[in-house]
Amino acid sequence: MQQIINFIVRNKNFLLYVLLLIISLAFTVQSHTYHQSRFFNSSNWITGNIYETTNGISSYFGLAKENKRLVEENKMLRNLLFNKKISTPVELDTTNIRYTIVSGKVIKNSYSDPRNYVTINRGEKDSVQPDMGVITAKGILGIVENVSNKFATVQSILNENSNINAKIKNTNHFGSLIWDTKQYNTVQLVDIPRLVPLTIGDTIVTGAMSSIFPENIPIGTIKKFNLDTSNSFYHIDVTLFNDMTNIKNVYIIDNINRPEILELESNTFSNDQ
Amino acid sequence: MISSSYFINVVRFTLLVLVQVLVFNRLNFFGFINPMVYILFLYWYPIKENRAVFIGLSFLLGFFIDFFSDTMAIHAASTVTIAYLRPAIMRFVFGVNYEFQSFRLGNATKAQQITFLALLIIVHHMVFFALEIFSLANILLILKKVLAIGLSTLVLCLLFSSLFSVRKE
Repeated sequence: MQQIINFIVRNKNFLLYVLLLIISLAFTVQSHTYHQSRFFNSSNWITGNIYETTNGISSYFGLAKENKRLVEENKMLRNLLFNKKISTPVELDTTNIRYTIVSGKVIKNSYSDPRNYVTINRGEKDSVQPDMGVITAKGILGIVENVSNKFATVQSILNENSNINAKIKNTNHFGSLIWDTKQYNTVQLVDIPRLVPLTIGDTIVTGAMSSIFPENIPIGTIKKFNLDTSNSFYHIDVTLFNDMTNIKNVYIIDNINRPEILELESNTFSNDQ
Repeated sequence: MISSSYFINVVRFTLLVLVQVLVFNRLNFFGFINPMVYILFLYWYPIKENRAVFIGLSFLLGFFIDFFSDTMAIHAASTVTIAYLRPAIMRFVFGVNYEFQSFRLGNATKAQQITFLALLIIVHHMVFFALEIFSLANILLILKKVLAIGLSTLVLCLLFSSLFSVRKE
C-alpha cells in the first residue's frame, strides 16, 4: 500500500498528464465516429454570446454587399412569382403546409478543417431543433447538429461526416454527397450508377429521399467525373454554388412531416425483423 | 509578487483565448493557414511554478479553444502534451542551468529562445494534425500542414513575444 502511494506521489505529474490526455482523446475519437459532443460545442451560452457580440461589430463591414445579395434573391423570387400563371388570387393553403422556415445569421464560420461547423444565432427559443436543414439563397449549407437556447451549431457540407442525399437535376438518379476535405469549393457526389449520361456543367440538386431537405434545392454543378475503383459507379466532383467562405443570412427548414416519416420508417424496420 | 504573477497569467490566458478564436481562427491565409498563437502562454509561463497546476491550466486553455472552434478536444490533447514535455524540451535547449534559481527566459540567447519556441510548436502541431486528420494514409498532408502552419505560428509568436517582451530584471 505504502509503495502504491509512493508511486502515485512520485509520478503524479505523469499520471495527471495521462488522465487529461485520455479524457481529450476520448472526446476526440468519439467525434470521429459519431456526432459532435452534446455539450462541448460553440452553441453554448458563453461562446455564442461572445461570437454574437463580435459579429455585431464586424457585420457592418459587409452590409452593402449583403444587402445587394438579398435584393438579388428578392428579384429572382419576384420573377418566379410574376411569371407563374395563377388564375385565382394567391392564397396560402394552411392545411397543406409541409415546411416552415426560420431565418438566421451565421455568427461563426469555418472551412479549413476536415470537420467544419457553422454557428448560427437561432436556437430552441426560435423553435430550431437538431436535424433541420440549413440553406442560403444560393444553395444548401448543412444540417443542424446541436441546439442551445439561443444558438445552434450546423454541420456544414464541408465536413467529412456529412452525407446528404443528392441527385442530378430533372432525373431521378440519386447518390450521396460527401466531402474529401481537400478544397472548400468542391464536394463529391458518389454512388451514381455508370449507365447515367453525365455532362460537365450539369446541375446537382437535393434528392427526395431525405426527410431533412425539400427536393430540388440547388447544390452545385459537375466539375469533372470519373468511374470509381469498382468501375460501376461514378465519382463526381461538384463545384458549389455557395461561396462557403462568405455566408451571412441563412434559412432553417423544418419539415413538419419528419416525425411521422421517421416513426413510419422505424415501424417498418421493426416489422421486418 | 505572487499575486501579480497570478494576475498576469489570468489576463494572458483570457487575452490569448480571445485573440486566437476571434482573430487568428478567421485568418484562413491561403485558405488553410490559421496560426495558433495561444502556445505563447506555455512559452511565457513561469518556470518555477507547480507543474501539476501548469498541466491543468494548459488543458483548460486548450479546452477553451476547442469550445470556440468546435474541434472536440484536439487542442486540449496537444496543449497538455507540450505542457508535460516542456521541462524535457527546456533541458534539451538550455542545458541543466535552467534549473538554477537565477535562470530567466529573457537572459537566454535569442537562438535558444527561438529553438525552444520552435520545438514547442512542432510537437504541438504534430499531435494536433495527427489527431485532426487521423489517418496514416495522409501523412504527407499532415507534414505539409505542420510545416506551413508551424512556420506561420512561429513567425507570429516571435513578433508577439518581441512586442510584449518579458522585462529583464
